[in-house]
Amino acid sequence: MTTATTKRQQSGDPLISVDDVTFGYGEVPVLESVSIDVDPGSFVGLVGPNGSGKSTLLDLMLGLRRPDEGTVSLFGEPAHKFDAGERIGYVAQDATKAARDMPITVREVVEMGRYPRRLFGRFSAADRQAIEDALEQVGITDLASRRVGRLSGGQRQRVFIARALASEADLLALDEPTVGVDAESREEFYGLIHDLNATGLTVILIEHDIGVVTTHATDVACLDRQLFFDGDPEEFVETDALSQAYGKDQHILQHDHE
Amino acid sequence: MFTLRRLGESVPLDNVIATPLFAVNVFAPIEWFLNYVFGPGMDVLADLLGMPMLEYPYMQRAYLAALCIALIGPVVGTFLVHREMAMISDTLAHTAFAGVAVGLFLNSAFSLTLSPLFTAFVVAVVTALLVELLVEHAGAYSDTSLAIVLTGGFAVGSILITATDGGIAVGIDAYLFGSLATVSTESVGILVLMSVLVGSLVTLAYRPLLYVTFDATAARAARLNVRLYKRLMVVLTALVVVSAMQIMGVILVAAMLVVPVAAAAQVAESFKQSILLAILAAEFAAIAGVTLSYVYGIAAGGSIVVAAIAVYTLALSSRELRHRLPTVQRFSSSQSEHPGTELEADGGEQE
Repeated sequence: MTTATTKRQQSGDPLISVDDVTFGYGEVPVLESVSIDVDPGSFVGLVGPNGSGKSTLLDLMLGLRRPDEGTVSLFGEPAHKFDAGERIGYVAQDATKAARDMPITVREVVEMGRYPRRLFGRFSAADRQAIEDALEQVGITDLASRRVGRLSGGQRQRVFIARALASEADLLALDEPTVGVDAESREEFYGLIHDLNATGLTVILIEHDIGVVTTHATDVACLDRQLFFDGDPEEFVETDALSQAYGKDQHILQHDHE
Repeated sequence: MFTLRRLGESVPLDNVIATPLFAVNVFAPIEWFLNYVFGPGMDVLADLLGMPMLEYPYMQRAYLAALCIALIGPVVGTFLVHREMAMISDTLAHTAFAGVAVGLFLNSAFSLTLSPLFTAFVVAVVTALLVELLVEHAGAYSDTSLAIVLTGGFAVGSILITATDGGIAVGIDAYLFGSLATVSTESVGILVLMSVLVGSLVTLAYRPLLYVTFDATAARAARLNVRLYKRLMVVLTALVVVSAMQIMGVILVAAMLVVPVAAAAQVAESFKQSILLAILAAEFAAIAGVTLSYVYGIAAGGSIVVAAIAVYTLALSSRELRHRLPTVQRFSSSQSEHPGTELEADGGEQE
């Protein structure tokens, strides 16, 4: 275990605070008056139908886009001005595409986690230690010199998690990370995320499989342009937020999940 | 076709290319290097191999130029190919042709003495930045817009060339198909300078360039200046294609940024290794191509590209072979647990 856990902020202030945010691409409204807080140490599952604005909301939370109206704060700063990139570990939806085709080793990808701290110059002993720790923590030390494209889908996802751990991030943002990963590896993967969250790492997860979210998340946010629900997973299952957001197609989205 | 000797005789390019690009003679060190280091070295090699062609100064210049191109082409190309932007090198080469034409046209219309190479650099770098700006607004590279810029650049070039008096239009073959006979000390000097410049910039910015190439979204979340490094990438591409244009030709220059990289990607495990292997493949192709070009009197650019494609074919078949040999099934243990993903990974590589 790295020292990251102890360094994570323990104060009661939300780590991310989205306040009455409205956003659109040109004339197309994507989010309307959305307010949501992400507390330190929480595991927020973001669900909603396709095109409901989940990825956009995540982009706004991370300061990659600026809202048309409202404010977003990240680690207590305006999100778009926040510049401590090493505190954010982001696994984008399309991240694995390049990973499949490009000649690049597991270690080379995990090293990227140190880039925000050391974009130029030699890695320090601490940098190298963090990289080794991250590899070990997700159990891919023996794959370190393998080409990422030749790993299985589940192993490949662990590489990206290790990259976030190497940067000793406080926030892990995952945008549908297990697309194309078989059921067994998915379970293992979410077990790992669950364990990391238990050590204090804050997790935001976009996932179309509601079963995964209700099993592992501490908070569920259900979105379709507006926020339909924000609260406990148990409560979420009982309310009709799901049918409001998804309409009558919801049965398709609820997979068996054991 | 365009043989070396015919190009050498029929092209009145010396007066065009010899137009000084820089006011101060920055090429004196290059001249010294050619006369006292590279030249004598090649002379020794000529004796050893029994190949008198290596003693001719213009062949020595050609070899040095080809060696430089085979260095900077793959170094920049590796980042481009894996960002799926290989086409931009071809696009910029064609707009560089327009740049040459602009130089010739301005010279003829206003009696200036601009080096066409200088205008080619300017036009290519400006186009590179404009394309990148367009992409920033559109969000993704589109085949269509690159095709428009590529053909547009070439169209403007052809119009300006024909609008300029006919004497210069004859020499345009050398730009289109490349030529060894016209490799001046100045063109070698530019290539050596570019090798140093491109080599140092890529070495310095290696980490951000790699991060942006591999995962631009995560790089942005990690607060890297993604736009800056994307722009640096296209500017470097413009510099490489223009400085390599005279030997490789506008139409073929992009191959040096793509083919060796594709060959290396077949066999390399790591990204660093893929850069090194791509350089090796390109250097081999360059030496083989220049030699064949001299011996058979055939076009240099074409010979280099064909040699590079031969290396690519070899790399492709060696990988196929390796996959079939039971002793090298290093990945079978981990992948047999996930038969579905194994298929997927292989399919992705072969595309």
